[in-house]
Amino acid sequence: MTFGVLQFPGSCDERDALAACERIGDARLVWHGDDDLGDVDAVVVPGGFSYGDYLRAGAIARFSPAMVAVERFAADGGPVLGICNGFQVLCEAGLLPGALLPNEGLRFVCRQVEVEVTSVDTAFTAACPAGQRLSIPVKHMSGRYFAPGDELDRLEAAGQVAFRYAPGQNPNGSARDIAGVASQGGNVVGLMPHPEHAVDALLGSDDGLRLFESLGVRASLAPAAS
Amino acid sequence: MSSPESSSKHRELGLTDGEHHRIVALLDREPNDVELAMFSLLWSEHCAYKHSRKLLRRLPTEGPRVVMGPGENAGAVDIGGGLAVAFKVESHNHPSAVEPFQGAATGVGGILRDVFALGARPIAILDSLRFGELDSERSRYLLDHVVAGIGHYGNSIGVPTVGGEIYFESPYEQNCLVNAMCVGLAPADRLIRSAATGFGNLVVLIGASTGRDGIGGASVLASAELEAGSEKRPSVQIGDPFEEKKLLECCLELLDRGLLVALQDLGAAGLTSSAGEMASKGGTGIDVDVARVPLREADMEPFEIMVSESQERMLAVVAPELLDDVLAVCERWETGAAAIGEITDTGRVRVLRGAEVVGDMPVEALVDGCPLYDLDPAAPEEWIYPNRRTLDAEGPGQTLLELLGAPSIASKRWVFEQYDSIVQSRTVHRPEAADAAVLQVPEAGTAIAVAIDGNGRRVACDPYAGTVEAVLECAQNLACAGGEPLGLTNCLNFGNPEKPHVAWQLDRSTRALADACAELGVPVVGGNVSLYNETDQGPIYPTPVVGMVGEVPDPEQVPGMALRGGEALALCGPFSPSLAGSELAKARGELVDGLPAPAIAPVAAAIAFVREAVRSGRVDVAHDVSDGGVAVAVAEMAIAGGSGVRCNLDELAEMRGASAEAALFGEGPGGFLLGGEADAIGALAAEAQAAGVETIVIGEAEGDEVILSAGDLEIALALADAEHAWRSLGEHMGAGVI
Repeated sequence: MTFGVLQFPGSCDERDALAACERIGDARLVWHGDDDLGDVDAVVVPGGFSYGDYLRAGAIARFSPAMVAVERFAADGGPVLGICNGFQVLCEAGLLPGALLPNEGLRFVCRQVEVEVTSVDTAFTAACPAGQRLSIPVKHMSGRYFAPGDELDRLEAAGQVAFRYAPGQNPNGSARDIAGVASQGGNVVGLMPHPEHAVDALLGSDDGLRLFESLGVRASLAPAAS
Repeated sequence: MSSPESSSKHRELGLTDGEHHRIVALLDREPNDVELAMFSLLWSEHCAYKHSRKLLRRLPTEGPRVVMGPGENAGAVDIGGGLAVAFKVESHNHPSAVEPFQGAATGVGGILRDVFALGARPIAILDSLRFGELDSERSRYLLDHVVAGIGHYGNSIGVPTVGGEIYFESPYEQNCLVNAMCVGLAPADRLIRSAATGFGNLVVLIGASTGRDGIGGASVLASAELEAGSEKRPSVQIGDPFEEKKLLECCLELLDRGLLVALQDLGAAGLTSSAGEMASKGGTGIDVDVARVPLREADMEPFEIMVSESQERMLAVVAPELLDDVLAVCERWETGAAAIGEITDTGRVRVLRGAEVVGDMPVEALVDGCPLYDLDPAAPEEWIYPNRRTLDAEGPGQTLLELLGAPSIASKRWVFEQYDSIVQSRTVHRPEAADAAVLQVPEAGTAIAVAIDGNGRRVACDPYAGTVEAVLECAQNLACAGGEPLGLTNCLNFGNPEKPHVAWQLDRSTRALADACAELGVPVVGGNVSLYNETDQGPIYPTPVVGMVGEVPDPEQVPGMALRGGEALALCGPFSPSLAGSELAKARGELVDGLPAPAIAPVAAAIAFVREAVRSGRVDVAHDVSDGGVAVAVAEMAIAGGSGVRCNLDELAEMRGASAEAALFGEGPGGFLLGGEADAIGALAAEAQAAGVETIVIGEAEGDEVILSAGDLEIALALADAEHAWRSLGEHMGAGVI
């Protein structure tokens, strides 16, 4: 398993994501200007402030050559995980439904939260029992998940809500406590919590490893669509 | 000859007549406008340290682990495994008092550049902040915007803010303090100095373009007392963390690839300072062509270009044959770069505009020619700061609740949750989980503990004792994490040094800093001085802030401060509680001159004992006794562990001849609270006593109340009530109990 971790100007968590992926398989950085992902089995779009988050979080990064390649990769069924700013980028790119708005409190929030796995039918949750609670930190300014009510109904019905904040843990005012969503095929997943910052008990929790481990599980259950 | 016009001009720029005469003598002619502007900035208090340099010579700067001492962009110590830790604390007080968001943000940006100028990747930020009392609207505004500014810069650039401290005291009402400390990591053999060497080498300006923002920011704002009003707001620089993030990555790649001879950040006084200092350290000369500096505004004058404090810029010295490689790396990171001059053998700083020479000064005159002044210290005859009673508690239980809710003591969660404390995957203990932040350094098979401390009120009571206490407190915080101090950085925040009582505070405080560092064996590897922190309302409390980096061999063996049910609690060290200068004395409006004289050696022995006890894994919980005394420290541990606690302090009162009230709420250096399994704590206490470190078992965690007794005083609070009070800071800021 080889992970490609995107690196934009302004990425902050790309090395953390790289290190997390290396606990599961091989990993390397993919420069934003490269339009070829090379021989990777999965892509991580990491956290940070790509292009300074100018204009709107993730709005500029989606136009980078590497993201064009990621769109092709995702269309072929390749697994793509967007974390925090990466989630914002994937929403901006239309690979995931909805949008991330400024936090309800209008302040940056960095906090360990409990997250429930609500759909196990995605590339990054297949290793988790349904309803499993994971202790994972959030740290963001614009993490309030939003979509129109009927869209939310549709996502819930289709099993595309991948993660919810546990009751009372919603740190940003996200609609229906949604912490992460998946694409229709389940191969593209985005979430605001940072699983790459929950891979070592010494640093607080290793629950985030389940997301990275899920790739192997799903691959063994159902060979990739591509 | 000085014409009347030019003499008024130098005064407008902050130079005295004597300094102006000296410049004329050094140049052997009148300086032109460009030269006068450059001299006025480099000879400002902020750049020349003209009132403090003589005092700073007292500080011990050498130690076995020091790899870079004062004089470079930051200090650095060896942590083994081929790695060095670079660190420095710096103030951005005046800009933050004028424009708190940008002032604090660019303070962080500036200290980050100081650290990566050495080739070290910044891995942590800590902040030491001071504001007026939170019942003032201005203080709440400053806190809100300073915290947002620090978060904006640190979060966006991917460097965790892992710790810090905040006090709210009325003398900071008009003149808040924003001190930021940055810690960086580098291969020890790749640390780069800022000396410009190699005649014919090119001077390359990297990063943002140069504009009119922040012209005279450092000298204008930091070298005179703050005046009412905000007409100086345009002098505050504007920060762009995205630009700095690119600059950071670009510079580290340039250094990784060995493409630079020297690197220096552009801070106060912009190009003038960085070019002058690089040439001075290299013993060379430097030519800068302002026509080649990329500008934001086309019509800038040469002097404006030379003194602009536009942020996110670095100056590099590059061998001519490597220029194309350097420019290619800069282009890849989408950061600007332009060769703007070269290193010469003239010993002069020359400013050119194309072929025209618009300024020409000896490097030595510009950088080292400023006169250094002796102070005229005199102790004030009485307490010169305000006293205000705020306490309306009856009985010790209510007093403890009020102290726990005092903004200086209360949980700072409202603040630190606005900072990314975990990026870079090193943070073993997040803010408020332990007395020091602990960062793992797996590359070197080790970890470091970092802390920053200072208590201006206690320094105001006694500049010598208070400063010794700040150093001891910082070392105690490291010891609670098993950290042995490797080096210290300091920021000396004081009022107007031309006033005798401020001069006296500065004199006593630097003497104490020197003595405490010498006795603890901790070298001072760098620092910063911020003077003229006063307004027409008077000076701030004298506030020396010290930051330390310590070595923690095993991050798995770092206790937190959460005391769990069933654990026993011991008080260790020569702690002798006194109400002098305490939080309780402040709340009662009873502050007076004087603190008990500190005995450093016994505290140093206790620090060493606790450090070893922590390292050997025999302590589950460790917390030092600080603001609010034993009662507050015990309550904090109970709140963190979610367990009640029962303690008796009669033995402490008896041992020290302290009143019951002093035993509960008295403060002073040298106190540690150590918790763990009862038998282990009992054995540890016996061992400590045998080693000459006084230690008594004072109680245990049980039930759901915080119970403390001393003499005829008895405290019994529901743990939930104590926690509610301690978590009240957010309520002041309209965010509820968090």
